[in-house]
Amino acid sequence: MTTITLSKCTIDSLIEICAKHGNQTGELINILHEAQGQLGYLPREVQEVIAKQLNIPVSRVYGVVTFYSFFTMTPKGKHPISVCMGTACYVRGSEKVLDEFKRRLNVNVGDVTPDGRFSLGSLRCVGACGLAPVALVGDKVYGRVTVADVDKILKEYDDKE
Amino acid sequence: MEQTIKLQIDHHEVEVPKGTSILDAARGTGIHVPSLCYMNLQDMCISNLPASCRICVVEVEGRRNLAPACATRCEEGMKVRTTTARVMNAQRTVLELILSDHPTDCLVCPKSGNCDLQAMAVRLKIRDIPFKGERSNHVKESSPSIIRDMSKCIYCRRCEMMCNKVQTVGALTAVNRGFGATISPAFGQPLSESECTYCGQCVAVCPVGALTENDQSNRLLDDLANPAKTVIVQTAPAVRAALGEEFDLPAGTAVTGKMVAALREMGFDKVFDTDFAADLTIMEEGSELLDRLTRFLGGDKRVALPILTSCCPAWVNFFEHYFPDILDIPSSARSPQQMFGSIAKSWWARQAGVKREDLVVVSIMPCLAKKYECARDEFKVDGDPDVNYSLTTRELASLIKRYNIDFNALPDADFDNPMGESTGAGVIFGTSGGVMEAALRTAYELHTGKTLENVNFESVRGMKGIKKATVDLGGFELKIGIAHGLGNARTLLEEIREKRSEYHAIEIMACPGGCIGGGGQPLHHGDSARLKARSNALYAEDAGKKSRKSHENPYIIHLYEEFLGKPIGEKAHHLLHTSYFNKSKEIIEQ
Repeated sequence: MTTITLSKCTIDSLIEICAKHGNQTGELINILHEAQGQLGYLPREVQEVIAKQLNIPVSRVYGVVTFYSFFTMTPKGKHPISVCMGTACYVRGSEKVLDEFKRRLNVNVGDVTPDGRFSLGSLRCVGACGLAPVALVGDKVYGRVTVADVDKILKEYDDKE
Repeated sequence: MEQTIKLQIDHHEVEVPKGTSILDAARGTGIHVPSLCYMNLQDMCISNLPASCRICVVEVEGRRNLAPACATRCEEGMKVRTTTARVMNAQRTVLELILSDHPTDCLVCPKSGNCDLQAMAVRLKIRDIPFKGERSNHVKESSPSIIRDMSKCIYCRRCEMMCNKVQTVGALTAVNRGFGATISPAFGQPLSESECTYCGQCVAVCPVGALTENDQSNRLLDDLANPAKTVIVQTAPAVRAALGEEFDLPAGTAVTGKMVAALREMGFDKVFDTDFAADLTIMEEGSELLDRLTRFLGGDKRVALPILTSCCPAWVNFFEHYFPDILDIPSSARSPQQMFGSIAKSWWARQAGVKREDLVVVSIMPCLAKKYECARDEFKVDGDPDVNYSLTTRELASLIKRYNIDFNALPDADFDNPMGESTGAGVIFGTSGGVMEAALRTAYELHTGKTLENVNFESVRGMKGIKKATVDLGGFELKIGIAHGLGNARTLLEEIREKRSEYHAIEIMACPGGCIGGGGQPLHHGDSARLKARSNALYAEDAGKKSRKSHENPYIIHLYEEFLGKPIGEKAHHLLHTSYFNKSKEIIEQ
């Protein structure tokens, strides 16, 4: 017998999310969306609970989680950074901005810094192409970001817990 | 009246039932449109139609792009061209693109000579792979039964379809996307940590070398060459009905005599038959059934019914993973392979004067799960397995060739005694319904004390996924169910779990068709007629046997008198029965 351990309150909230969607297999994406919204990421244990609630193999849940770039199995940092790689931002140099974040934080896209403060991701278009290139830290949007701005942005979060 | 559709394919006027694909319509008229991912096992409700490889593209008049013939239905008045320059160039480009991310080490690939992709490259006369780019690099993974080499995968999704739709095991799934896409168990775990039952149906349908058996041939070569070892072999019933296909004999040619001759030629000290152990299984399983029924009819409501057969190791894995709440209902009888090993290393070894450590018991099986089964700890004595290792029908065929044997020219030979003698009941163990039929022949006579005149139970035969029948056991109406394919098994098991079942006895075989369609058999390449022919070969061999009831096997009678005592007695229990384990996943609150 393989055992999967998870905190009671996490299990309860996952059961509630699944029940809200009628434990329907067709609702899998919505359920994963909500679960990630609450927990920040979708580790193995969470996928096992969802699979059990929907009575489907966990491989199917894992297949969906790995197919959509929105879903992640690694926890986000305290301040999640996303750099837009949509067409407008890209042509205005967002790749260089992303590279600078990678260099400064010494992490790859999808990773978290060892101290758990920052995680780095990329996304496609936030609908603010007029401000290209765009980066987000948490919910805060930074427009017309240059490589030189990266240091300044990170410093803003130095004193924040 | 079935509605039909008229269309034109390459200047042939064709009329087909509504709903027919262009591919099936073309092939039905003798135009063999190439395909790779497509697979259709007629009459077994097994088909794979992802339209992902695009090798089967054709030109349809009035349609702008090329159409995948497998996934495009025929329409009235359609004009289809399968060999225009545009079609043939597209097919070549598609194949070149597939090959651009495929290793070209065909010479040393386990699938070489039997690979659909290799055959397609030959057919389309590919001489160069113009697209040079990044290659996917997946780590090869090995389990006791199956080797996964995903760098050879062409994403046909047949394995995923088998594992999920047909078997409902759900071990394999498509993960990631784009260049990183692959087929894998959840979380990239090895198969051994997933719900995989080792049924091997993924291997049976893989068109390339991505999924293959864990080959033990070289181990056997060493043992056969070692003068200090006594090496004996047992052959499963389904092997004799399919081995001939590897030597270009038509499907359904029973090659029992030649197979025995070949094994003797290879140097085995004794050539025995798993069918002997199948007869033994019937003695144990049949007695267990009668014991449970007698107690049930006597008013004991705690008796676990229906009794489930336990010969199939993939099936055992399946219920250990998915039905741990009803582990008490399967028969505790070991499979014929393991009964053979247990008796060979105790009774026979003593008779023959061979020490256990010098005895190597090898099995030839149509099965991949058998490789895993003989490695299970319950079937070892002080770490020494009762069956040392198991080879598939395919591995045996390749060994026969390596031993310079002209198989088709061999004269027929007979199995050695005592463990080579079997009845017709043992023979039909290899096909769906066979174990139940064999059990009925013995249970009837033991229960009623009368002679069973007609031993053929037609109602349990055939390729239907779930078979149900009621059999008169001398006034008692015995309700039986039979399922082949684990998806069908699941349906029956759920009925039992929800207490909606009225069965007294159920036979399950994990593979479609039973062992004749096992994961270790010669590849059927999508031809279900082969499975039916193999099944018929076993029934024909049964019909030709002197005795067709397990309890009449003289060596089985002797074995009980001299060594075992009574069926399901203490000694039999120790040597011939087993217990099951809960392999499910449990979620625990922290």
